Amino acid sequence: MIKNMPLSAMIGLFFVCLYFAMAIFAPWLAPYGMAEVVGDVWEPSSAAHWLGTDNIGRDLLTRMIYGGQTTIYIATAATILSFTMGSVLGFLAAVLGGWADQLLSRSVDLVMSIPSLILALVILSVMPVTVPILIVVMGVLDSTRVFRLARAVAVDINAMEFVEAATLRGEGRGWVIFREILPNALSPLVAEMGLRFIFAVLFISTLSFLGLGVQPPLADWGGIVKENKDGIVYGIGAALYPAVAIATLAISVNLVADWILNRTTSLKGGRG
Amino acid sequence: MGPALRLVVQRIALGLLLLFLVSILIFWGTLILPGDVAQAILGQSATPEALANLRDELGVNDPPLTRYFEWLGGVLTGDLGTALTNGKDIAESIGSRLENTLFLAFWAAVIAVPLAILLGLLAVRYRDRWPDKLISGVTLSTISIPEFLIGYVLMYFVGVKLGWAPTVSMIHDGMNLGQKLHSIALPVAVLTLVVLAHMMRMTRAAILNVMQSPYIETADLKGLTKFNIIWKHAFPNSISPVVNVVMLNLAYLVVGVVVVEVVFTYPGMGQYLVDHVSKRDLPVVQACGLIFAAVYITLNMIADVVSILSNPKLRHPK
Repeated sequence: MIKNMPLSAMIGLFFVCLYFAMAIFAPWLAPYGMAEVVGDVWEPSSAAHWLGTDNIGRDLLTRMIYGGQTTIYIATAATILSFTMGSVLGFLAAVLGGWADQLLSRSVDLVMSIPSLILALVILSVMPVTVPILIVVMGVLDSTRVFRLARAVAVDINAMEFVEAATLRGEGRGWVIFREILPNALSPLVAEMGLRFIFAVLFISTLSFLGLGVQPPLADWGGIVKENKDGIVYGIGAALYPAVAIATLAISVNLVADWILNRTTSLKGGRG
Repeated sequence: MGPALRLVVQRIALGLLLLFLVSILIFWGTLILPGDVAQAILGQSATPEALANLRDELGVNDPPLTRYFEWLGGVLTGDLGTALTNGKDIAESIGSRLENTLFLAFWAAVIAVPLAILLGLLAVRYRDRWPDKLISGVTLSTISIPEFLIGYVLMYFVGVKLGWAPTVSMIHDGMNLGQKLHSIALPVAVLTLVVLAHMMRMTRAAILNVMQSPYIETADLKGLTKFNIIWKHAFPNSISPVVNVVMLNLAYLVVGVVVVEVVFTYPGMGQYLVDHVSKRDLPVVQACGLIFAAVYITLNMIADVVSILSNPKLRHPK
């Protein structure tokens, strides 16, 4: 499997591992403390501060590393939540059919008829903005897309002979979902997972940038842009580093997801 | 027009129903969520009297059903209520801002739509050769960066380093069209880039899908040039999916506008919404949320109606 891996997927995988390692080992990698003021405002890069300092004199490399940790943590948690919820409900809808399917599908249609950013803003206007709430809001909103894919794939699989054989054998719904459908639906779902993860990274960054995501002094990539955006008009590019970080992470995950998707030509679900 | 007309009427009815349900979702969603709205607005240090006053003003004590219909009735007659934070009439504040937002979105669409279709055709014509790979590579990277960051990257390089366009997009009635366009050059560029990427990729996929039909092979075997095949044979049959793609992306534009307006401090709906979310000004958030959702639903509805109308099987029933 690894031997036949194309170069692009290998590069992608390398960067994805690198970012996750950075997120996990952030406290050991970061040269300074997360909220520690160590220099002047917006110092240029130097030997002591590789990326310079931010708007109140914190080391930018440190902020970027801790920011990556927060962003990746929230995005991962939201993706896991949206996947568990979306695929379990999607499989259930496909297997049960009838009114349960109708009810679930129509509710998902309703939620998807509002842009998720707008819906998130409406929800966050009445909820306190904390990390667990952000994860739940993002996870639930995103699970609608997973639901659609999971349901579509499961409906296809559910019509196959081996599922019928299992049902005739007298297996229960749990067996059909977890032993018959899940293994066959796994690979389009895993490819989709990459895209949903990227979407979550972009989403949390956008919310933080708007001041409605991760709250200071905690660092995250969107927040770093918000904190340093005033420097742009003076020609200070501190706010642009997260762009590089987000773009490389997003492209790497895309490359890996494309490779996984291409390995499974059948049962390609919709991507969106 | 029998079956087509019936489908169109059905789709419009569905759209209206959806709008109604969304209004319920937005209104009740902000009520049933845990957490005391009055407390959230005033903060932890609020006195009990102030809390009681605000609850009264918000009408939290009235039965929800009456409040919802009062609110809906107001919305339908153009009365969106007053903002909690400054007591101004919301409909009045939204009026000019909505116009500004539509102005921005309109110009982004005018540039992005033809460009996306052209690039999509080019990518299909030179499929798997360098122009296709170049276009796909560039669009993949613009999809991978959030809108606000593209905004700052352009602001840094084009606005500050090159000084070609203003970094803050102020706009007022005294400006003529040329000045206005210069003022919104950067936000339009950002929106164009973001939408272009999605639209071009989907156009390419839609045309490639048609290119696999047997009649394209026939045209190929007749010896037509590649471009003729795409332009005269494949494109007309992919109009329906392409129109769909365009509409979906215009709907996407509506959301992109929110963030881009904040980046360039453009006086539009998006900035108004974001400002009032952080101030927890519920009536404004509900009104803006409903308007954004309505525009989004309407565009999606138009996309579906167009694809019904452009389907010859439905237009000419046997």
